[in-house]
Amino acid sequence: MSAVLLQDPPTLDALLPATDGAAARLLAGTPFAAGAEQFDEHRERLGRRPRGGEWMFDVLERSGLRGRGGAWFSTSRKWRGAARAAAGHGAVVVVNASEGEPLSAKDKTLVEHRPHLVIDGALLAAETVGADEVVIYLSRPSRAATRALYQALRARRRAGLRDIPVRLMHTAHRYVAGESSAVVRRANGGPAKPGFAPPHPLESGIGGRPTLVQNAETIAHAALIARYGDSWFRERGTDEAPGTALVTLCGNVRYPGVYEIDLGATLEAVLAGAGGTLSPPAGLLVGGYFGSWLAADNLAGIRLTPGAVTCGCGVIGVLGADACGLTEAASIAAYLANESAGQCGPCVYGLRAIAETMTRLAASDADQGDLVRLQRWTAMVAGRGACHHPDGAINNAVSALDAFPHDLLRHVTGQPCAGRHRPSLPPPPKQPWRASWR
Amino acid sequence: MSERVRDPAPRLRINPILCDGVGYCAEIAPELISLDDWGYPIVPRGVIIDAAVLRHAAKAVAICPRSALALSTEPERT
Repeated sequence: MSAVLLQDPPTLDALLPATDGAAARLLAGTPFAAGAEQFDEHRERLGRRPRGGEWMFDVLERSGLRGRGGAWFSTSRKWRGAARAAAGHGAVVVVNASEGEPLSAKDKTLVEHRPHLVIDGALLAAETVGADEVVIYLSRPSRAATRALYQALRARRRAGLRDIPVRLMHTAHRYVAGESSAVVRRANGGPAKPGFAPPHPLESGIGGRPTLVQNAETIAHAALIARYGDSWFRERGTDEAPGTALVTLCGNVRYPGVYEIDLGATLEAVLAGAGGTLSPPAGLLVGGYFGSWLAADNLAGIRLTPGAVTCGCGVIGVLGADACGLTEAASIAAYLANESAGQCGPCVYGLRAIAETMTRLAASDADQGDLVRLQRWTAMVAGRGACHHPDGAINNAVSALDAFPHDLLRHVTGQPCAGRHRPSLPPPPKQPWRASWR
Repeated sequence: MSERVRDPAPRLRINPILCDGVGYCAEIAPELISLDDWGYPIVPRGVIIDAAVLRHAAKAVAICPRSALALSTEPERT
């Protein structure tokens, strides 16, 4: 079951209903079982795409759209920055659908089922910031999305559209491969590892040109905002976090998959939209591997907005009733330590030490001294990498220690833990001994 | 370069990718730089105002065999 979620985005009909019965936006149109939306269907449903230009900046700013890759950076500011840097010479727009987060399937799902919406948004962005090339960045295992994109581009050529050229670029599936400076390094022929700023990709990216790296979901939202305007976008969501968002639900829910929710929706409503939980959950992981653990008694009234809970890339992993959050967190810590790009000492050695201690803790093989060391190391390593990989990994580990004090006590005092052998989240993918970075 | 060092509010900036944990910087400017449990330098985030400390910081920058350390007046990245 879990493998299905990781390799291919789930294609259940349960994917479609947005919460509260409100209409879907990004995922509207042909049912999911039909596969990718065809060009004529797309045209019929949404009409022609308006041409991008300066007018988009203000519309985007009023819409309040923020980057959906996890950083929630203001999209209008990013586009303006790219346009400013591009003055005079051509920029590059990169649609980032690499989705290194193992629990997330939203970008793959979106690209696979709505390729034309994503291409529309990319072309709009390119016309707006003054780019003469569009690159769609995918991780190599997402074959269905790749196929959908090639078909979509072929259909557009056949329809006689003369747009800015779009090309596809693939990368090894690594956790940090989607970080914007890693995208640029990969495109320039290097490994998909983060670089050290400055220069920022917005100023000097692919081939030294200004490069706008934007998450695929954000790009698709922009394509809809260009058509329907900013007040339409704000009809959903809250004032601070307007619009809808794609989330991936996994673990202890009846229908795991990708859903479109209103930002600011309560956790209960989102879970109910996925058919509810199968048993009362012991806890939740919100925001994926870089996200935070929440204890079960702490869930009432929590709303999914970037302000209240860091929803990050929109993953909600639900634990089973008898699962052990610490054990899950330990296997995630081990995975993330292995996914370090191996460039910065604090990340390489610090995350490894933290992960080893977490693993011993999960095996009820740790003592008080290990807890002290965990505290010391998590404070010591945070903020000292070239990218935010160590920070995200530490956030996950620290929040697990905070959220599950009862489990922690049981593990430190060497009592048996029933949940240890009952993982409820899909396990982290297997890592080859020496995996590629290209 | 000397222009930047003389600037009123410089801060030490480390490039963690270049840094190999040689540790000379922590020996030369122990009042500024300490080493973590794995021998990699921990560089303070704030600006350096003290002139004597600034001299030591400049020495630490100069001696780094990996050129990973720099005195910079640019605002800190978030």
